[in-house]
Amino acid sequence: MFEIFGLPSQALFGQLLLGLINGSFYALLSLGLAVIFGMLNIINFSHGAQYMMGAFTAYLLLQYAGIGYWESLVIAPIVVGATGILIEQLFLQHLRQLDPLYGLLLTFGLALIIEGLFRNTYGSSGQPYQVPATLQGGRNLGFMFLPNYRAWVIVFSLTVCLATWFAIERTRLGSYLRAATENPVLVRAFGINVPRMVTLTYGFGVGLAALAGVMAAPIYNVSPQMGSDLIIVVFAVVVIGGMGSIMGAIVTGFALGLVEGLTKVFFPEASNTVIFVIMAIVLLIRPAGLFGRAV
Amino acid sequence: MTEGTLDTAAMPQRRETPRSLSVAFAVTVVLLVAAPFVVYPVFLMKALCFALFACAFNLLIGYVGLVSFGHALYFGWASYLAAHAAKVWALPPELAIVVGTATAAVLGFVAGGLAIRRQGIYFAMITLALAQMMYFFALQAKFTGGEDGIQGVPRGWLFGVFDLSQEMTMYLFVLIVTLAGFLFIYRIINSPFGEVLKAIRENEHRVISLGYKTERYKLVAFVLSATLAGLAGSMKALVFQLASLTDVHWSMSGEVVLMTLVGGLGTIFGPLVGAFAIVAMENYLAPFGQWVLVIQGVIFVICVLVFRRGIVGEIANMLRVQL
Amino acid sequence: MTNAARVAFLAAALICAGTVAARAQERTVKIGVLSDMSSLFSENSGPGSLVAARLAVEDFNPAAKGLKVEIVSADHQNKADIGANIARQWFDVDHVDAIVDMATSSVALAVSELAREKNKVLLVSAAATSDLTGQKCSPNTIHWSYDTWMLAHSTGKAMVTTGGDTWFFITADYAFGQALERDTTAVILANGGKVLGSVRHPINVNDFSSFLLQAQASKAKVVGLANAGGDTVNAIKQSAEFGLSKGGQQLAGLLVFIADVNALGLEAAQGLVLTASWYWDMTEGNRAFTKRWRAERPGRFPTMVHAGVYASVIHYLKTVAALKSDADGRTVIAKMKEMPTEDPLFGKGFIRADGRKIHDAYLFEVKRPDESRYPGDYYKLRAIVPAAEAFRPLKDGGCPLVTN
Repeated sequence: MFEIFGLPSQALFGQLLLGLINGSFYALLSLGLAVIFGMLNIINFSHGAQYMMGAFTAYLLLQYAGIGYWESLVIAPIVVGATGILIEQLFLQHLRQLDPLYGLLLTFGLALIIEGLFRNTYGSSGQPYQVPATLQGGRNLGFMFLPNYRAWVIVFSLTVCLATWFAIERTRLGSYLRAATENPVLVRAFGINVPRMVTLTYGFGVGLAALAGVMAAPIYNVSPQMGSDLIIVVFAVVVIGGMGSIMGAIVTGFALGLVEGLTKVFFPEASNTVIFVIMAIVLLIRPAGLFGRAV
Repeated sequence: MTEGTLDTAAMPQRRETPRSLSVAFAVTVVLLVAAPFVVYPVFLMKALCFALFACAFNLLIGYVGLVSFGHALYFGWASYLAAHAAKVWALPPELAIVVGTATAAVLGFVAGGLAIRRQGIYFAMITLALAQMMYFFALQAKFTGGEDGIQGVPRGWLFGVFDLSQEMTMYLFVLIVTLAGFLFIYRIINSPFGEVLKAIRENEHRVISLGYKTERYKLVAFVLSATLAGLAGSMKALVFQLASLTDVHWSMSGEVVLMTLVGGLGTIFGPLVGAFAIVAMENYLAPFGQWVLVIQGVIFVICVLVFRRGIVGEIANMLRVQL
Repeated sequence: MTNAARVAFLAAALICAGTVAARAQERTVKIGVLSDMSSLFSENSGPGSLVAARLAVEDFNPAAKGLKVEIVSADHQNKADIGANIARQWFDVDHVDAIVDMATSSVALAVSELAREKNKVLLVSAAATSDLTGQKCSPNTIHWSYDTWMLAHSTGKAMVTTGGDTWFFITADYAFGQALERDTTAVILANGGKVLGSVRHPINVNDFSSFLLQAQASKAKVVGLANAGGDTVNAIKQSAEFGLSKGGQQLAGLLVFIADVNALGLEAAQGLVLTASWYWDMTEGNRAFTKRWRAERPGRFPTMVHAGVYASVIHYLKTVAALKSDADGRTVIAKMKEMPTEDPLFGKGFIRADGRKIHDAYLFEVKRPDESRYPGDYYKLRAIVPAAEAFRPLKDGGCPLVTN
């Protein structure tokens, strides 16, 4: 163990690693939010609750069906994404003509309902979820101890984020999506089923949140309020990054996670608030966000 | 331009106070003066503090069209400062309340200055994020007492004359302050300044083209709203003799949105009715613990989907009066 | 008046008098169980305390003594303002005479003030801060089961004197955690040890990784967990993930309940050294109580909190029956301190002038999985701390009630 800036390397790299992990979740969640906002012009306040639902789905699958982590990675996003589509069909589509505020209030209400129902059934403390057997243990890299599972989280989230970016920015389907965001009427005139795309996009965004939830389950305990505090930080991330670009959301998420990790090492008391402070600064200097277009 | 605007029960303005409002106000005062003899006064005081809080919030959302999702920041921090002033600095209650309210005004100025830079949804998210930042600050600051909060806040003697530890005296004080705040908000809304605010809500660009500096108007409205929310928070600290993290948590911000929504956005009496309704509901449902959260959510969803005018809004619509 | 009317009138008067007299004989004592029913302390106290209170009332047999006892309960969610509001409403409107359990130190302090103001009774079995019998002591409050001083001087001392002389604290950032860290630090320093650092966390934290990293970086021999309930369980679990013990550091759970050991499993909890004032498997009386308690709380084992609720309720009811009145909180508490305590769970004991209930404390070690012969067989006894030494000396507390 050597020292950097007077700190043992293990502490520094350990916190940076934790920061990258938080950053992975920030990136995944702000990506989902950005995708949903781009298509529906709705801020999905229930994103945090859907993240929590993903984690709980994994937990329940294990408890009652013996279905493990790897299958849950696929099943949970689909299940929670389906509930998302249900929400969109039942509630959100009626609000499309109204002030976006109502969408925010509705999803806020849904978040309360979901969190309340889970809290009633499972109490406020967390349920344990085991790290999958293949990823248990860790490696001693000399300058730090690297748990295997946490390394996996970073690699996998990065892959998912880049794949999503590729799908939206470089494929044909993605181009329809982007066009529909700009001018839905014209795109419909081309014969593309815009309402269906909107619905599926919401489902996809929700599924991303649920995926993040499954990945979070072994690290954090699966508890009903795991989403609500996280989602506010993600809002700040989104404001900093600006909702103009997908890549912007990804980069900002990871970067802010790193910044938070660094702050924990050098100035631990500020670690909770550093992201919000950065948001305040960005608002003063560049109100549209680092990667955003002016609103 | 009904697409981008909020549903409010606003009817054409008239110069003098409509009779419906005067009647409603008289009824309210009578009920509130008689109530403590029948209902538990502490419950009523809680409802009154929240009513003022909701009225302050309504000023921003109902009349300027700005959604602040972080109003707990002003409510909670005013509560902390008032509690600290009364307990540690041993200030009399009226000065403690002034300290708390002034804190909220300053915080409102700073937060408003930052948030006003963006519109609509971004504005809401920024207010939420700023409130959360101050929540974490409250969690860690020594003087707020963290999870313990500031306990044992003395109620003291108002102006050195009135003993506020007597429930009825305290109730009268809270009632008078709440009604004063309520009337003050009414005065703001029905002034030339208020007309500009309402115009900004309808179509900001047109107002700019008329030569008004809308940013300034919005900031002033924001600060006024924050100050009155702070007044409510300071009183609450004295009523319950406790200031805690609950007051700065985002769920408190959500509750005031709920109260205003249920009562009726943009109506005068809406926030009052909404506050009483929600506080009563929470009281009644307290034994059911976590169901309160679910029911709050359900009310949100129902209000947004089918009940956008709120209780007072629906009544006003039915009777075709202004409330 | 006609004769018939006179007779009717007399009969009615007699009936009325009879009813009034009957009512006067049957006083209602209302006890409120205020605890954390749904969050991180709900296993250590929570619904189990309600069961313990009911068992206590059953055993006391109020009908035979002309009393009627009612029990209500509520969830304060570990929030001081919610707890204070419920307590205030209970005292003002619902005529609750005594509140028991408490579960969280911040709530306990707030309600202790309320009980003093409204002259009612508070029997704390679940909150730990030793301030309740120290600077914040009150003539309306009695502190049962355990407190931070007892824990610090038992577990803390045991670890320091066996080689764990450098410490790093992971502390829950509220009244309880701070008091526990303070009391344990005093013991460490008094025994020649050093505290290398500490980190504070809010309650109900799910991810301890950041704090554990800091603990590892400090290279302290002992990592002291000044927290409780779900927080302690999470910290212990995650410390295994980060290889804390492999790196040569020892974990000290300063407040560990049997419910936590149950949640962790013996595999993860083995070797943990902890202090408690009651263990279900120590006496026949304890086992009998446990059997009845488990009938309503299957799969779990009662903690010293539940035992404390049982004992405090029984002693309270005995006092009320002796006084034939429950109206004045201070009088009842004074009588409770006067009367020696005796119940099947704690045996004989007494309550001090500062409100501290005095009984033995025990140092336990968690058994290895192969040492446990039946469900619940978790502890082996390492040492007994006799009652005279288990709690802070009366003169050191700074309690204003103690006049000499």
